[in-house]
Amino acid sequence: MAGSNPNAKPMDLTLKVWRQKNRETAGQLVTYPMKGISPDMSFLEMLDVLNDDLSVRGEEPIAFDHDCREGICGMCSLFINGRAHGPERGTTTCQLHMRHFNDGDTITIEPWRAAAFPVHKDLVVDRSAFDRIQQAGGYISVNTGGVPDANEIPIPKIIADKAFDAATCIGCGACVAACKNASAILFVSAKVSQMSMLPQGKTERKTRVENMVAQMDIEGFGSCTNTGACAAECPVGISLENINMMRREFISAKATSENLA
Amino acid sequence: MILDSKIPEGPIAEKWDKHKFDVKLVNPANKRKYEIIVVGTGLAGASAAATLGELGYNVKAFCFQDSPRRAHSIAAQGGINAAKNYQNDGDSVFRLFYDTVKGGDYRSREANVYRLAQVSVNIIDQCVAQGVPFARDYGGLLANRSFGGAQVSRTFYARGQTGQQLLLGAYSALNRQIAYGKVKMFPRTEMLDLVVVDGKARGIVVRNLITGQIESHSAHAVVLATGGYGNVFFLSTNAMGSNVTAAWRAHKKGALFANPCFTQIHPTCIPVSGEYQSKLTLMSESLRNDGRVWVPKTVEIAQRLRKGEITVNDIAEEDRDYYLERKYPAFGNLVPRDVASRNAKLVCDEGRGVGSSGLAVYLDFADAIKREGQPAIAAKYGNLFEMYAKITDENPYARPMRIYPAVHYTMGGLWVDYNLMTTVPGLYAAGECNFSDHGANRLGASALMQGLADGYFVLPYTIGDYLAKMPSDKVPTNHPAFLEAEQAVAAKNNKLLSINGTRTVDEFHKELGLIMWDYCGMARNAEGLTHAKQEIRKLRDEFWRNVKVTGVGEELNQTLERANRVADFFELGELMVDDALNRNESCGGHFREESQTPENEALRDDENYAYVAAWEFTGVGNEAILHKEDLEFENVKLTQRSYK
Amino acid sequence: MGRKIVMSITGLFLCSFLVVHLIGNLQLFNNDGGEAFNIYSRFMGTNPIIRTMEFVLLAGFAFHIYDALVLTRRNKAARPIGYANNHPEQNSTWSSRNMGLLGTVILVFLIIHLWNFFVPARFGGLEGVVIDDVEYENLYLRVVESFQVWWYVAIYVVAMFALAYHLIHGFQSAFQTLGLDHKKYTPFIQMFGYAFSVIVCFGFAIIPLYFFFFFR
Repeated sequence: MAGSNPNAKPMDLTLKVWRQKNRETAGQLVTYPMKGISPDMSFLEMLDVLNDDLSVRGEEPIAFDHDCREGICGMCSLFINGRAHGPERGTTTCQLHMRHFNDGDTITIEPWRAAAFPVHKDLVVDRSAFDRIQQAGGYISVNTGGVPDANEIPIPKIIADKAFDAATCIGCGACVAACKNASAILFVSAKVSQMSMLPQGKTERKTRVENMVAQMDIEGFGSCTNTGACAAECPVGISLENINMMRREFISAKATSENLA
Repeated sequence: MILDSKIPEGPIAEKWDKHKFDVKLVNPANKRKYEIIVVGTGLAGASAAATLGELGYNVKAFCFQDSPRRAHSIAAQGGINAAKNYQNDGDSVFRLFYDTVKGGDYRSREANVYRLAQVSVNIIDQCVAQGVPFARDYGGLLANRSFGGAQVSRTFYARGQTGQQLLLGAYSALNRQIAYGKVKMFPRTEMLDLVVVDGKARGIVVRNLITGQIESHSAHAVVLATGGYGNVFFLSTNAMGSNVTAAWRAHKKGALFANPCFTQIHPTCIPVSGEYQSKLTLMSESLRNDGRVWVPKTVEIAQRLRKGEITVNDIAEEDRDYYLERKYPAFGNLVPRDVASRNAKLVCDEGRGVGSSGLAVYLDFADAIKREGQPAIAAKYGNLFEMYAKITDENPYARPMRIYPAVHYTMGGLWVDYNLMTTVPGLYAAGECNFSDHGANRLGASALMQGLADGYFVLPYTIGDYLAKMPSDKVPTNHPAFLEAEQAVAAKNNKLLSINGTRTVDEFHKELGLIMWDYCGMARNAEGLTHAKQEIRKLRDEFWRNVKVTGVGEELNQTLERANRVADFFELGELMVDDALNRNESCGGHFREESQTPENEALRDDENYAYVAAWEFTGVGNEAILHKEDLEFENVKLTQRSYK
Repeated sequence: MGRKIVMSITGLFLCSFLVVHLIGNLQLFNNDGGEAFNIYSRFMGTNPIIRTMEFVLLAGFAFHIYDALVLTRRNKAARPIGYANNHPEQNSTWSSRNMGLLGTVILVFLIIHLWNFFVPARFGGLEGVVIDDVEYENLYLRVVESFQVWWYVAIYVVAMFALAYHLIHGFQSAFQTLGLDHKKYTPFIQMFGYAFSVIVCFGFAIIPLYFFFFFR
């Protein structure tokens, strides 16, 4: 077919997949042998094949999150062979292709592990903590209508580009999954620094960073030890600079805000 | 039934302003007495829910994803149109209106499109105020690019991730209302039925996708912003979860479904690579700004290429056919999507396609790289090139990309009037799930515009008009209509779970998709459509006898979710075929082989088909009833579209 | 995040202590039979400013260690179930992931070190020595004697390796935690931190080795 490499031979693999009935039940790794996997398949298509086989055999397919399958919605997760989103850097699981594995490989697939991301079932985790952090302040308080013309406030291109880079976070949670402390700081800082860089976001910068950091702690994420694992595993390359920018925001907010709590 | 589009009187430029003055308002103190349900949290849904919350209504928002931020609007790449005329290149509200009506091949409603063009300018202001980091020039002002079907630069963009940035903007506005308690968010919750009480939409029945619980929610109005139905083809650029279920079940409760056969096949997608393929990946149409589309001039060269005897770089310049530039000198590679797609199919049908399957054409950046340098091209399209390389394992800087058309957007959807209300009072449809603004073909960068226009600037006015005329009494969820709907939903789930057949849901879905692609895809004819209708019915019967849905209903069960969606696609697929068969003309994305010009261009039949085909559901297996809304064009002259 | 800031400030403060301590210890190399070192040690034990700073230093250690314990507990709780298969070495350095372990090694060393030198120097138990008609406590002798024991020297060398790794991550990490990060300056801070960690720890480690090999 069009995209396939004629030299690519089908592979046989052994999968070890985390199976867990629901939040309350304990889970375990279950082994599934796989035969004839095309290297041009995406990782999730490989799981589709397995799930089809399981369905036909009357076993319950493996539950996993996925939606857009083009690396942007942030719904897919999976801790593959000890790495968030698998071995390829800058890649979500849905964009990971089987050509990065070898015939005969054993592949371990686990859900994101964090107290703040409890497992719903199999590989599906609850990431609503991320939404609650955003609700704590990840916005600029403008109502629809009554805003100035879009070109009223020029923004230096370099600032706009940096804000964009921070804003590309897809909220997948790989940073939490990869961090030895399950810290969410990269995720939180991406939003904080995006908005504190833009003139529109400066009005609320103090309360924003205070509230979002407070919510992050309430959700039970760990603290940041600056290992850099989060940025290394981030599929969209959110930079550690954002974390440091958020710290500056945080320190200056704590030092000067009127909030005494 | 007579379809009343409720288009306001007066000159087109004044209709919306006049209407905004004429609509009834709900007193601020009374707004909190009304509940509004919004299903779907993409651009249309999130913006509507946030804005309605800001106004003071109590909103309940639902999405099937784990977070509202993941709706498929997020995947839109290229940009969003607005008639700002920041580039001083002759753009105006009227030109955007004109381009959109023309691009839609004169099958959209003038008044709606004009309003869309009008509010487009407010959208950009709103998004910038929310902190959406649009691309900017060195002077710090907003940058624009040109897009297919337009000769002005009016597209605002955020690298190749405009949809993501706009959706995150709407998501942030939504979050703010959630924090204020004005919006209650229900993620991982799928709408499975509409509840109609005394002829009015009064609530929905949903399934909690984690617990499997069937629940009812009551409201004074229901907004569907549930996206398009492109996944009826199985392979499409839609997200895996994109579905028609909410819209379809509303259709079965009385909402007419308009122009279902109008589907857009996007010309720049990565070609299919194997049978295991689960979805197709689109690459932004903006690539056509700098990329040149070509195939080998002769079938012989194409054959040698496909066999691997030569490589693409061996083909001499004079042996390359830049067919879009040759046939359409004025627009060149920037012709509208339907034209670009159909021409790709044509050259591949001639045997000049490339790639081992022969179902691909080249999109070549060599000239652009020579002209502007690789860094400049990387700055514009870097993420798209990366994505291409990741999927195909080929370097697009060194050799042309291979592209092929894929199902991308559905112009058809629930019929709505000027207020975006469906034929069920109190039920609204916004964004891709309505039919209203794009006619038979949507122009690039117009989907984001429409979604946000509906949600931020149209619905908040028109819903108020409806609510102002109704009492604020609530219908309890133990009302017989709710109980009945809950039971029907549960019965359907149980039926699916009890069949215990031998074929998987995906197998059925793939087979249905193939029927739709072969007979109701880029080119359609009466014979094929008639055949397809029978095939769909046969397959649907087998589905209900032989599908295998594992697990139980009272827990997270992704197979059951898919089965429900595929069941609806079967019914929708038949209606699409009916609609395509009925419309014996070619227009936009709908190409009937019986109706073409000598140059193989789409040939419209304005005398007989200048209408919206709105279909009424009469039961599965029964023939749907056609209602026509005649389209009147007072401001745009109907012409044969020409991009030459 | 507040606790992390305390960690970084106390950490940097402790780094400054290391410099002072190392410079003072350089008196050991004076080859004067310990005269300069013993005078210096008396000065350190009696000067009111130094004595005050001693309490500040103690507080610095206390906060640094206490916060480390609190944060480590919280971090462990943030991931109650670990991964069956994990390859953190592919995304982060060993020292950055093992600050707690390195810190514990340093703490154990610190106790031994204080017990052997600080406690007798402060609370008595050292022999006397007369320099220029003044009697001093001969801490120098204790140093010489201690570093004749091979395993005692080994403890010091190992501890200094641990300290070096702790600092290689800790020094630049402290700047990050305080948000002191800039494209222009961060590479310098990182280089400086690396050089600082290696030089300081090498300087400390060389003392026992010097006495072990050259002072028999």
